[in-house]
Amino acid sequence: MLQMPNDVILQVKGLKKYFPIESGFLRRQVTGYVKAVDDISFSIKKGTTLGLVGESGCGKTTAARSILRAIEPTAGEVLFRTRDGVVDVTKLDKHGLKQARADMQMVFQDPYSSLNPRMPVLDIVAEPLRAHGYSRKECEERVAELLELVGLRPEYSRRFPHSFSGGQRQRIGVARALALNPSFIVADEAVSALDVSVQAQVMNLLLDLQEQLGLSYLFIGHDLSVVRYLCDQVAVMYLGKIVELADVDSLYTYPKHPYTSVLLSAVPDADPHTEWKAKSIKGEISDSMKQSKGCMFAPRCEFASKLCWEEIPELKDIDTGEEGVTHQVACHHATELSLEGVG
Amino acid sequence: MNKMSNSNNLLEIRDLVVKFKTEEGIVNAVNGVNYSVPEGCSIGVVGESGCGKTVSAYSITRLLPKNATFSGQILYKERNGKVTDTLALPAEGKEIRRLRGRDISMIFQEPMSSLSPVHTINNQLSEAMILFQNMSKQEARERSIELLDLVGIPNPSRRVDEYPFQFSGGMRQRVMIAMALARNPRLLIADEPTTALDVTLQAQVLKLIQNMQNEFNLSMILITHDLGVVAHMVDYIYIMYLGRVVERGKVVDIFDNPLHPYTKGLLNSIPKLKGKRGERVSSIPGTVPSTYVVPVGCGFAARCPYAKEQCFKELPDRVLVEDEHEVSCFLFNGGEVKEDAANA
Repeated sequence: MLQMPNDVILQVKGLKKYFPIESGFLRRQVTGYVKAVDDISFSIKKGTTLGLVGESGCGKTTAARSILRAIEPTAGEVLFRTRDGVVDVTKLDKHGLKQARADMQMVFQDPYSSLNPRMPVLDIVAEPLRAHGYSRKECEERVAELLELVGLRPEYSRRFPHSFSGGQRQRIGVARALALNPSFIVADEAVSALDVSVQAQVMNLLLDLQEQLGLSYLFIGHDLSVVRYLCDQVAVMYLGKIVELADVDSLYTYPKHPYTSVLLSAVPDADPHTEWKAKSIKGEISDSMKQSKGCMFAPRCEFASKLCWEEIPELKDIDTGEEGVTHQVACHHATELSLEGVG
Repeated sequence: MNKMSNSNNLLEIRDLVVKFKTEEGIVNAVNGVNYSVPEGCSIGVVGESGCGKTVSAYSITRLLPKNATFSGQILYKERNGKVTDTLALPAEGKEIRRLRGRDISMIFQEPMSSLSPVHTINNQLSEAMILFQNMSKQEARERSIELLDLVGIPNPSRRVDEYPFQFSGGMRQRVMIAMALARNPRLLIADEPTTALDVTLQAQVLKLIQNMQNEFNLSMILITHDLGVVAHMVDYIYIMYLGRVVERGKVVDIFDNPLHPYTKGLLNSIPKLKGKRGERVSSIPGTVPSTYVVPVGCGFAARCPYAKEQCFKELPDRVLVEDEHEVSCFLFNGGEVKEDAANA
């Protein structure tokens, strides 16, 4: 029997996803690997949200998909607490996976491409229910309940996606994810495609549902302002690795990794009275990709020393001085640097 | 004879209306928009998707599809002081092409789809210089290398012969900026120039645009949905909703003293970097109405917490509330702030 602390819902250990680079005749030769996710570990407590942030190509979506086994991870364990006990998602067979997926669901980024335009809302939301053997009548009742839960009128269930706005579509996507009463939801950039005034509506919906239903979320995002409202803990990824993982306030106020600090400074504050400092960052992400040893961020880091070019820094706990506040960082110089955060 | 209402203005848009005929009906993209760009100044046109911000700016250079019909005036002051109405020029004519080629440059949102994939960077940068500045190929090439260097592309003399696919997203947007600057333009229209970029690149590209603007004394129209970006990039803000400008003013006034209920709602719904976990961001209830119907009365009435009967029937006039701060809302009347607006 697999073991996990009682208050934890998901524990990821050493997760890796490498994509082979194929070349040659009929692409039969594998000449290398893209390390999209390279040995990441974290856990999510019941009823809380972990934010996975980073820029495009850092592996945050690949990590989420590997956790749900929408793609096969290369290595690692994903322990997950289902209603029947703890399972390792990476080792489940087809039947086991179907059972586990009733408890783990996903909300997608683009509310336009994630809903089938030829299906009425009723069928879209009921699809997971049918797959799990609900009768037609049960489906209809449950869908009406779900639509109400996400703030849509149950009468809308006969309509097709094209008659809804972006925000309403995202609500439909959330209703579908909630159909089987999951305990854990992966929200992949779930509010990024929405306009600000509507984005706030969906953010609040996610928060309300968490309080009502005790959901746990893995929230993938690139907008650090949105993440601050939704997440208890935040993991910052850079090129497949987690460089910093901490309680949300600790991360924003006292960032310990130079990359986190750059990210925070780059966000323009909607206030013309503040100065937009936007620390510059050397080079491009491609410079880091060439890095074969040492810290991936070293080629772009203003504090990089000889050590950084030679030895890979491990993700280690640091003392925050506050009880119960955890803060991990993968930087050789984390304790020497005093980096600027936001209040 | 066309005349500007203010001699400092480089561009004035007057009562612009743009409609598109589609199979589903008529899309009312812009329903009477007015804005002006003073010389050497930058304005930000802000609004949510479908509010007409892009269409109104594209009308300036007449980059509208064939199914568009329009009315109104777009006055542009040429280098010799003559004022031209670009809307009255023939769409494929020599004059509008000269304006596009020499005076008014654009930076588009998606740097990959706005560069030609089959021409080298040199070809694309040189084109306008050869056409409009009578440069030889060799001169244009040298100038291209200079421009790439200016926008911070390393190794410009080698990279000038490469193709767009060999450049990363941020680099491509730099090439777009270089291209926009190639013809010494007077007006730069930047349409969501950094929306497709990551946040660290966004900062770099915006700083670059800012530097270029100062260096070349450019006037700029920045179209964006991001209030964080306009707060630091422009002199004046125009807030658009459903094809109309609902409020305009200096940046500081818009942020410190927003007047229109929509502007207030928009400002309140921005999540902040200094926010708090679990806190609810206030949102604007409802959704943007369909553009197939021209709104009778104020377009925002259906979502407005202060809407009265009058708001659904009549269109509010533009009211100057303080210096250079104008709003279209019945809460404000003849420059006076009505009581309910003070409480709003």
